[in-house]
Parts: sequence; C-alpha cells; structure tokens
Amino acid sequence: MLEFSIFIAYVVLGISLVLIFFRLVLGPSLPDRVVALEMLATLTVGFIAVYTLSSGVTAFLDVAMVLALTAFLAAVGFARLIAKGGSRDDD
Amino acid sequence: MMTELLVEILISLFLLAGVGFMFVAALGLLRMPDLPIRLHATTKAGALGGGLLMIAVGLEFFGDVTVAAKAAAIIVFLVLTGPVAAHLIGRAGYFIGVPMWSGTIKDELKGRYDHKTQTLMSPPGLSKTRDEQPKG
Repeated sequence: MLEFSIFIAYVVLGISLVLIFFRLVLGPSLPDRVVALEMLATLTVGFIAVYTLSSGVTAFLDVAMVLALTAFLAAVGFARLIAKGGSRDDD
Repeated sequence: MMTELLVEILISLFLLAGVGFMFVAALGLLRMPDLPIRLHATTKAGALGGGLLMIAVGLEFFGDVTVAAKAAAIIVFLVLTGPVAAHLIGRAGYFIGVPMWSGTIKDELKGRYDHKTQTLMSPPGLSKTRDEQPKG
C-alpha cells in the first residue's frame, strides 16, 4: 500500500517538475523565473522526503534543510538585483 | 498488526496530500496569468505540500528523535522563509513594472510608490490628518 503511494508520489512529482520547467523556460520576465526557481527548490525538498520514505536512508534530510535555506538566500539576492539594478519600464 | 496498517494508511494520506498540493502549486505556476497570482499559487500551496511530506517522514521514523527534529526544522524553515521571499520578489517585480493581467480590476498601489526611494506613501486621507494634527 505504501509502495503504491510512493510510486504515485514519484509520478506526480515528476509531472510537477516538468510543469515548473516550462515556466522557467517561458519566462516571460526575470521575477517569473525566480519564482520558478524557488518552487523548484521546494519541489526538491519534496523529492528528498519521498526518497527518504522509499529507501529508509535519512541522511538526505540534512540536504533538504540546507536547500530550503539556500533557496531563500537566492530569492533575496535575486529580488535585490531586480529592484536595484534591473531595467525599468513602468508607466 | 492493526496499528501498523493504520499508521501506513496515515502516512500514505499525508504523502498523497502533500504531493497533491505540490502538483497544484506547479500547475498554478504554469497556468496563472501574471506574477502576483503565480506567487499566490506557489508560496502557499508549495509550503503546505512540503510540510505535509515532512510530516509523513516524521511519522514513518516515529521513534527516531533526530529525524523528527530535522523534519520539524525543515517545516519551520519552509513556513518562515517562503512568505518573506515571495514578498521580496513581488515587491521587486512591482517596481520594475512587470505587466499585470489584462483582467486586473484595481491596482491600489498605483501612484503611491516613490520609485526613486522605493518607499510607500500614505493614502491621501491619512496623510492629511497627520499634517493637521500639529496645528490643532
């Protein structure tokens, strides 16, 4: 029963990865791509959770913890770059 | 025997719910029309999905305190950092003039932001009463 749920979880997470990747490629602006990157990091944390459930190896949880924090730092850096240094086309 | 089955069902429920919310977040990221609405989809549903998956991990390794602590730490980090990052990105996107959806009815921040100093001005009514207070 749990094996079947884990199989479903892997399939759905894979489809979500493809959807996020489409948004990352399509854009259309830099903030949209930053949002997609942040979602990608959250999805990787989810992947690590499902892998921990399926294999029983708990070592990757440390990676998930660091990844959650690093994604936040990356988002803050990108937001600062966009706000202070980017080109502007407001009315 | 019975409790093992029940725990397995509970873990499966948390797992499938978390994955479902992750999928909804990814679908919203792809299908929603503009930046603030996409942020609205990913921030909340994504953090909730990650949190539910981590609860499933904590239930699977129930006796192990270190795993439970790590799972709790990941939930706290996701819930704590997600809204702050979303606010920063949305604010930066508003400053550089990312186009809104054509169906947007109201933009309450329009004209209120000083784009040079990037500070928010008060609404007209509030600033008027604040100016009049020293006289009276």
